[in-house]
Amino acid sequence: MTFIRDTLLVFRRQERLALRQPAWVIIGLTQPILYLALFGPLLKGLPTASLGTGTADDAYKFFVPGLLIQLGLFGSTFVGFAIISDWRYGVIERFRVTPVSRLAIMTGRVLRDVVTLVVQAAVLVLVGVAFGLRAPVAAVFIGFGFIVLVAVGLASVSYATALLVKSEDAFAPMINTVVVPLLLLSGIFLPLTLGPGWLQGIARISPFRYIIDAMRQAYEGHYFNTLMVEGIAVAVGMAAVFLWLGSRVFLRENA
Amino acid sequence: MDLTVGEGEIVGFLGPNGAGKTTTLRMLTTLLHPTAGRATVAGADLLADPVGVRRRIGYVPQAIGQTMGGTDPSCLVIEELLDQAALYRLRPEEGTRRAQTLIGQLELSGLERRLVKTLSGGQRRRLEIALGLVHTPALVFLDEPTTGLDPQSRSNLWEHIGALRSELGTTVFLTTHYLEEADVLCDRVFVIDHGVIAAEGTPDELKRRISGDVVTLRVASRDGMARKLLADQPIVREISSADGTLRLTVEHGDQALPSLLRVLDAAGITPESINLSRPTLDDVFLTLTGRSLRDDSPVHHAPAQEQAS
Repeated sequence: MTFIRDTLLVFRRQERLALRQPAWVIIGLTQPILYLALFGPLLKGLPTASLGTGTADDAYKFFVPGLLIQLGLFGSTFVGFAIISDWRYGVIERFRVTPVSRLAIMTGRVLRDVVTLVVQAAVLVLVGVAFGLRAPVAAVFIGFGFIVLVAVGLASVSYATALLVKSEDAFAPMINTVVVPLLLLSGIFLPLTLGPGWLQGIARISPFRYIIDAMRQAYEGHYFNTLMVEGIAVAVGMAAVFLWLGSRVFLRENA
Repeated sequence: MDLTVGEGEIVGFLGPNGAGKTTTLRMLTTLLHPTAGRATVAGADLLADPVGVRRRIGYVPQAIGQTMGGTDPSCLVIEELLDQAALYRLRPEEGTRRAQTLIGQLELSGLERRLVKTLSGGQRRRLEIALGLVHTPALVFLDEPTTGLDPQSRSNLWEHIGALRSELGTTVFLTTHYLEEADVLCDRVFVIDHGVIAAEGTPDELKRRISGDVVTLRVASRDGMARKLLADQPIVREISSADGTLRLTVEHGDQALPSLLRVLDAAGITPESINLSRPTLDDVFLTLTGRSLRDDSPVHHAPAQEQAS
């Protein structure tokens, strides 16, 4: 199918360019690893009941899923910056006048971002294991599945927004305004159950909250329950809606 | 705007920034959706079959301004060519062959493994043009192909653009705000201003039709008399004088010159010097729009007669 071929064509080009600058992939990883090393030990000091886990070492079962989502959230919302410079170089326009699928200009990039993120997530989990994370292998792969869904949705919407805004100066504050509150309301660093009722109420609007809860369930070895169903539904729904929104922008006749 | 371009023609859109050149080009290349009107581009209907248009045309975007010419600084030259070939769905071996041919044709030999950001302005522009030609399109759109280049690179590029037609029979549709460029390259020129075609013709036709040729005569003492005599000649369209110098606008200056001289001779006036100059496209543009192309700013264009002392 030509669409898949076009997506792979764009993917290979973007992957080649990314591998030419591997520093960015590494820089993207340093932040969650720093959290793991410098913030993780603090969680061990919390009463284990508040984390919903058994022993103090199990704090990593709580923390690593949160860091994975944080990695996905930052890793994929900021990808839009790259397409602004591509647009400025005239590369987007050049692709748009060729017979290649205009949607593949987005999906090829999204695929590259997903691959990058899965590699980063794998490294993060391995470092977590070194720190004392003990989670079922199946849970780790379920976690990657969530990461992929998050990345597909967020990267699509990031590219689309960036292409509409066409300015780094406008794009950066937009991203921060959206991402930081979502991150805080997702219970990435500390369980939201520690907070007052009003905070727990507001936190229900953050889709990542559901996804993290589901991932933590998996890490605890619980694969079939309501939290898991909610998490999957939110992750799939969000990916589908954002992918659709993104494709609307890339398929427009004027861009 | 209504225009037809024939096969194998090199046609130019000439106009200042903001005249509507790029907008028109972007519509013809499926980058902008026209709000009204219709067009057939290289045999495909622009509105009904935009992908058909994209398959048949080459497009080299403007390299200066909000967006650049379409190459990624961190790509290798050869990667850009091969990627572009793949975008046009050329088979890999076909793409490699086309890349090699274009590297030769556009003097990019030895630069294959260089990063785009290390190329000179002229080399990078040649690469961008090569990208527009990778699928051997019958029609290629060049948006300001030489803007921002030094004079050598510019005339070098002119040769390449000329060769497109002479060697490959490619139809070339270019925009420019350089008069020399339109003059050197184009079979036909559309002078465009405020989104409408102000005039159309070969560069020579336009110069003749709109401005005529300019004859400058220096008659030291009897300039008033000379001016009166010459103004009576039907071939003289405009005449002005200042400090003993007469400036006449005539059609077909080369043919008019002898008869003008005879008139003066009959009155016993001998010019000290005489000069015939063909108008430039800049004069054409000035006459048509009241603006000069060179600075893109409105200028006060006083008709020659009003300058007479």
